[in-house]
Amino acid sequence: MENVKAVIEALIFASDTPLMLEKISVILPEIEKTGIKEVLDNLAEEYNLRQGGIYLQEVAGGYQFRTRPDLSQWIKKLKSTKPHSISPAAMETLAIVAYKQPIVKSEIESIRGVDVGAPLKGLLEKKLIRIVGRKDVPGKPIIYGTTKKFLEVFNLKDLLDLPNLRELKELNQQQDFLEQEFEEKENIEEVPDL
Amino acid sequence: MDNEQITDTGQTTGNEQTANYAIKLDIFEGPLDLLLYLIKKNEIDIYNIPIALVTEQYLHYLKMIKALNLDLAGEYLVMASTLIHIKSRMLLPPPEEPEEEEEDPRAELVRQLLEHKTFKEIAQSLGSRPLLERDVFTRAAVLPEEVAASTEDEEALLEVSVFELIEAFNRIISQMDKKELMEIDLEKLSLTDIINEIMEKLTVTKNLNFEELLGGRKDRRRIIYTFLALLELIKLRMVKAYQTSNFGVIRIFPAVES
Repeated sequence: MENVKAVIEALIFASDTPLMLEKISVILPEIEKTGIKEVLDNLAEEYNLRQGGIYLQEVAGGYQFRTRPDLSQWIKKLKSTKPHSISPAAMETLAIVAYKQPIVKSEIESIRGVDVGAPLKGLLEKKLIRIVGRKDVPGKPIIYGTTKKFLEVFNLKDLLDLPNLRELKELNQQQDFLEQEFEEKENIEEVPDL
Repeated sequence: MDNEQITDTGQTTGNEQTANYAIKLDIFEGPLDLLLYLIKKNEIDIYNIPIALVTEQYLHYLKMIKALNLDLAGEYLVMASTLIHIKSRMLLPPPEEPEEEEEDPRAELVRQLLEHKTFKEIAQSLGSRPLLERDVFTRAAVLPEEVAASTEDEEALLEVSVFELIEAFNRIISQMDKKELMEIDLEKLSLTDIINEIMEKLTVTKNLNFEELLGGRKDRRRIIYTFLALLELIKLRMVKAYQTSNFGVIRIFPAVES
């Protein structure tokens, strides 16, 4: 098929959300997934070489065309929407949820040293975090995790794409408290993603 | 925390080190943050914190916050007592025959500080990523024309919550002429009167929005009474509130067709 690249490019363009490789594979069943991945890499490379206004970003498990970060000042003039404003308090809370999920409020508070009720609420409203379930301990505290939107907003492929996640885990294991927490986290009642 | 700039005049202590604080309180995100700041300012080794010095400075900051009558969050006091506790434990002589290996009283605090510091740095690096709708943008999924068209569509009615009603109420209050707020209204209103008035209006017209319910008499008391009457009617299930889209105009319908 000569025009596979064109088809895939058009699919990504027409999709409202990051387009998953699996979805492309359903639409183009005659092509191997490895083949599709190759075309996608190829496309991304082409956009990079061209240095145009948009590029192909692998984000939240899919592919999406995005405008280049250095062009934001012009796009902002086009759009009247207010940009995402995340306070330092909310950003820190979000970072803790992202790296230590699944996590309950009291665990976040022990790291931040302050009440995190307000930033948690704001993050829930922005749909950057979600309620994953309730921990099976007295009081049944709510367990939080990040959402797919979090990956989209922060330009992340998946959670492993978070900067320095591995280093952080190693640090934690050295200090020997991550393991304890994992033991505690075994008793979790799952709540489906809403 | 308040946004105020705080300057210590050095009256409370003659200590040179504490003489020239000029800090913005809102940069402190709680007691751990304040401690990290003190550690950085004094160029202290985080693994070997001089507890006496840090405790003294920490308490000095609390005094300043209190002197300015700012809300002092409870967490700050908890940390103060923790610091004093550690300080007193370190003053005690070590047990002559240690049964178990005695942990440094500061260890737990250091662990907390390190973890807090790590996440502060991570938060910064997360914030510096190219963020969607701030640095990078995707193709707009919905055309502005489509949004406009869908609001005109009266078919799709959404039931509104009390919160949306309160929002609408706030909007009207904020749109009110400030001068009108000053007028003293001698007209006696009762909730029952307003409820009857609303029900009467609804039997004539099948649906009304909040402004139509007010009937052009937009003084503060009437707005509040109308709003309360509406809440009461909704609670009694005598009327229903709908809107065509999020943030659309809220319309009131009688619950039962008479």
